[in-house]
Amino acid sequence: MESSSPRIVAFCCDRSGYVAADMAGQLGMALPVGLEIIRVPCAGRIDALHMLQALENGADGVLIVACHEENCQSLTGNLRAKARMGYVHGIMEKIGLEKERLEICNLASNDGAKFAETVRKKSEDLERLGPSPIK
Amino acid sequence: MIKVEQKPVDEILDFLEPYNKILLVGCNACVAVCHAGGEKEVGILAAALRMARKKLGHKLEILEDCSTRQCEPEFVEELREKVKSVEAVLSIACGVGVQTVAGRFSDIAVYPGVNTQFMGETTELGVWVERCQACGNCVLHLTGGICPVARCAKQLLNGPCGGSQEGSCEIDKEIPCAWQQIHDRLKAIGQLDRMAQFIPAKKWGRESRDRGPRTIVREDLKP
Amino acid sequence: MKSGSNLEKILEKGLFAVTGELGPPKGNDISVVEKKAEFLRGYVDAVNITDNQTAIVRMSSIAASSLLIQRDLEPVMQMVTRDRNRIAIQSDIFGATALGIRNMLCLTGDHQSFGNQIDSKNVHDLDSIQLIDCVRTMRDEGTILGGEEEVEGQLRIFIGAAANPFGDPFEFRVIRLAKKIHAGVDFIQTQCIYDMNRFKEWMQMVRDQGLHEKVHIMAGVTPLKSAGMARYMNKNVSGITIPGELIDRMAKAPKPAEEGIKICVEQIEELKEMEGIHGVHIMAIEWEHKMGQITEEAGLLPRPTVS
Repeated sequence: MESSSPRIVAFCCDRSGYVAADMAGQLGMALPVGLEIIRVPCAGRIDALHMLQALENGADGVLIVACHEENCQSLTGNLRAKARMGYVHGIMEKIGLEKERLEICNLASNDGAKFAETVRKKSEDLERLGPSPIK
Repeated sequence: MIKVEQKPVDEILDFLEPYNKILLVGCNACVAVCHAGGEKEVGILAAALRMARKKLGHKLEILEDCSTRQCEPEFVEELREKVKSVEAVLSIACGVGVQTVAGRFSDIAVYPGVNTQFMGETTELGVWVERCQACGNCVLHLTGGICPVARCAKQLLNGPCGGSQEGSCEIDKEIPCAWQQIHDRLKAIGQLDRMAQFIPAKKWGRESRDRGPRTIVREDLKP
Repeated sequence: MKSGSNLEKILEKGLFAVTGELGPPKGNDISVVEKKAEFLRGYVDAVNITDNQTAIVRMSSIAASSLLIQRDLEPVMQMVTRDRNRIAIQSDIFGATALGIRNMLCLTGDHQSFGNQIDSKNVHDLDSIQLIDCVRTMRDEGTILGGEEEVEGQLRIFIGAAANPFGDPFEFRVIRLAKKIHAGVDFIQTQCIYDMNRFKEWMQMVRDQGLHEKVHIMAGVTPLKSAGMARYMNKNVSGITIPGELIDRMAKAPKPAEEGIKICVEQIEELKEMEGIHGVHIMAIEWEHKMGQITEEAGLLPRPTVS
């Protein structure tokens, strides 16, 4: 690896996250080098297993980008993702992985700016935290 | 069905300390239904264990599998090839599954990854409640379909104790008094007179687990 | 006479009976038993000895009862079904009656989670009603439960049980009493009364069924020491409810302890006049030295001597 740019896996939902990410890209906003976007139809599709697999496969940080809490187009997909994230946080604590590596971000489809800012901040936080201890 | 809960990860890591390669096997029956030991949970636990061990600098290779039902010899037999190539087995099936695997592959250590809790009902998604303790002689016909053995903390058979208050058990306000429930149910189905009938002591020593491990044999079904 | 005990004689003669209560020590210090017993001597007809009450480990009721007999006091040995199976129960009853114990109270027992050995297994091989049936079988049929083995000797025992007029479901409480009577109980001690109105309701239901003529009912009372005690009992002790007015009265009293005794005496006076109440069971827990004052002020002294 040439740079120590943290690897961030961002699960982005079709209705908000992915659209916002696309917008950020189109508008030329600066995005961290280590960002990898995984498109999902809804945040509710993301299971505890996917979050753990992302971490096991080398992500320094995992972001779930979903609709605002009352706005999920599938009604509760974003809430389910949040609950599963809580469950994975419990596992991470037990195995010595910092909980902060896994986060959720709620935004609207037209908020490319928020997307860019969130992933930039995540990258900075991960630089401070250091690479994942299990890499 | 049988309801279980995963053992704490640190306890499992303790079991696996001496090993470098294991088989982690779940079961697609009861434990999958309560989200503790099915195929997905095998994946989640395997990822967590691998990461934990990586962090400790002591890698653990995990083969993953999931039996259709881990309490049946034919399904457990399917694990033979994988079992041959590992140092130990971690099963997240219920206690029955663990023992069936241990019984079938008697020269390898088999560890339990879950604590088998009870036989129960799914009352809502994510909530399971104890309903049956296999007493061996069902009395549900006398109690309107509510079990006093499993649902009364004192297994009383002749009505509530003095601690029943406002429908709650004396040990915890959140736990309903089984005998209040039985009373209400019998009333609803027009069988309240059953509450006045004396039910003699159960034959715990002859019909229940206290008599020793029980067996059921159906000669007509044997090959 | 089923047992010839002092308590039985007094009740059978139609005299208003008085019993007290003694909780054995959390160990084998006999002086604790002696001290508490002396506080009760002369003020009661018999003394209940509790059996690991609230699942706290104490000297066994059979041992403590035996100590009382050695000191010329009559015990009512309490036995819970929580801790022993039918083998131990029947064995203990053989032993108890051999030691001269003639009164017994058959109880379920508080759940072990209330006490100091919360990891213990609970037994409940029998429930309290099956226990009554068992003791009656041993006494009247001369066999152990199941009828297979004859008892060597004769069991003479006066069988008691508890009743909780304040438990739920309310409509069932009288049916439960009837069940106990049918199983063979001779006398009943109720849970301590604070809500006199609810108690009267229950007694009315009891009388409507004619049950007051089939069993001797003794009403339970416990003097309050403070408003704090009242609130604590109301919240934490299973089977006890204390009406707000009583808690207020205790809270407002300039001398709460005296007020508590006053309330207790008032209750006893009212209970003496109630049809179907054949006695009073005074549980002055950790306040045994007040028994003299309470029984005196309630007009219960001197206690009768019966032959």
